[in-house]
Amino acid sequence: MDCTALKSRCNQIRRDIVSMLAAAGSGHPGGSLSSVEMLEALYGYKLHVDPKNPKMPERDRFILSKGHCAPVLYATLANHGFFPKEELLRLRKTGAMLQGHPDKNKIPGVDACSGSLGQGVSVAVGMALGFKHQGLPQRVYTLLGDGECDEGMVWEAFMASAHYHLDNLTILIDWNGLQIDGPNDKVMSLGDFPGKLRAFGLDVIEVQNGNDIEQVIAALDTPVTPGKPRCLLCHTTKGKGVSFMENQASWHGKAPNAEEAAKALSELEAQA
Amino acid sequence: MSEKKATRVGYGEELVRLGADNDKVVVLDADLSNATMTNAFAKAYPDRFFDCGIAEANMITMAAGLSSTGLIPFCSTFAVFAGRCFEQIRNGVCYPRLNVKIAFTHAGITVGEDGATHQSIEDLALMRSLPGMTVICPCDAVETGRAVRAAVEIDGPVYLRLARLPTTIISQDMPFVVGKANVLREGAKAAIITCGLMVENCLLAADLLAAQGVEVTVVNMHTIKPLDEALVRELAAKMPLFTVEEHSIIGGLGDACAAVVAEHGGRLHKIGINDRFGQSGKPAELLELYGLSPEKIAETVKGKL
Repeated sequence: MDCTALKSRCNQIRRDIVSMLAAAGSGHPGGSLSSVEMLEALYGYKLHVDPKNPKMPERDRFILSKGHCAPVLYATLANHGFFPKEELLRLRKTGAMLQGHPDKNKIPGVDACSGSLGQGVSVAVGMALGFKHQGLPQRVYTLLGDGECDEGMVWEAFMASAHYHLDNLTILIDWNGLQIDGPNDKVMSLGDFPGKLRAFGLDVIEVQNGNDIEQVIAALDTPVTPGKPRCLLCHTTKGKGVSFMENQASWHGKAPNAEEAAKALSELEAQA
Repeated sequence: MSEKKATRVGYGEELVRLGADNDKVVVLDADLSNATMTNAFAKAYPDRFFDCGIAEANMITMAAGLSSTGLIPFCSTFAVFAGRCFEQIRNGVCYPRLNVKIAFTHAGITVGEDGATHQSIEDLALMRSLPGMTVICPCDAVETGRAVRAAVEIDGPVYLRLARLPTTIISQDMPFVVGKANVLREGAKAAIITCGLMVENCLLAADLLAAQGVEVTVVNMHTIKPLDEALVRELAAKMPLFTVEEHSIIGGLGDACAAVVAEHGGRLHKIGINDRFGQSGKPAELLELYGLSPEKIAETVKGKL
């Protein structure tokens, strides 16, 4: 398929992430930039959703379990018309719609209150179980961070998803290798990460470059194995697209100042 | 007054009846269904019962997800684990205002022999601190059934505090309206406000006090949140108040009533677990030891008057 339009939108989403974080003065650029292609592959291609009718009952669900990366979700939703783009520059402001972490009751297109790490994936498992139990066709997608997988309840949720044969669930993992305090292997080693996921009963596809939207789409389109939850373990680059943020744990949770934002935007414009 | 039944048993029985009436009701448990008594529902409706294994945190947020698809989940485990999955209840259920019912059993020191690790004395404090949470502690198995029905009528999170110990059925003729306390006995010297298994003990304490010429009012405050503040104010204007609970005196029924008295005036003395943990023993012996037997309650009330 021709992904030109999707790639162009990825570039726009990255620019929006930088602009909104600079305007907010706080937030999480690294993991937002690393997961742009996964979000755009979902909202630009895979999900059955309607921006004009965000509560449509038959919509697919997406839960951003790594809720601190709200900027990538908000920028994606705004670029797909769920709400006006002007809202992006009010991120984290008092009285604004766009909360620091996703809020289902305030933001069109958001289906959970996530951001307390480990909970979003568990909510997604419950949703998938609810749809399956009622014989409904909706699919549920959730995106986790690699660092998030330090949380014990993530593995409780994985275990339950396999136990209940939730083949209507797709778990995406943004494996950029870095978390707040440094590399995964320094903070808390994930060890044989794909092996662990498989051992917990997930049907794992390892995406070699999760910042290549064609690879993400190909993985999303791979037929599911009946009775097994699907997991896309996506190798990505933290801070992808902004040279001075790439592979820097220090950009996990720090907003760019005006000068840094201008530099980032000019780099991204050159990539457009 | 002779039949004894635990509130957890009343819960299990009502769930089965509810399951027949409402096919949206589903039940989750964390490998304790034979103790929380959700096993009867599991047997009657196996396709609507989801065991979550020994993973309370995941049970709560899975229930949040289930409720998002239009189902009405009841989650059960022991009340002491309210602390373990508190943050899931806070961020996963209450903040998004989801329709999840949390019915935790084995609350208080009447758990008995299992000892302090399994005797929840802080769950009311935790649950009533959460915005939007309704908190109910029924006095017997019959009232528990009414509370289960009332919980389903509420579109939002509800916490039911239930007990292990079989106790006397005393609520046959009581109405049950969430947030509206029941006055079970009237007397002018003092009012005892209580909930859960302590309702029976307070009625017995009132008999002991009456025998000594001290007539007291006894209130079944089955709903801790929203509290029947109007009744607390009305009573506090007329007589000293005592609260009695099988819970820490910090953060539970006593403090909920104390907040009303602090604002509107009156006198209140809290009777409960005095900022310490429980221990192993027979329930009746522990109640005596912790000052919650009818005799000890009567003694404390009389001493403080």
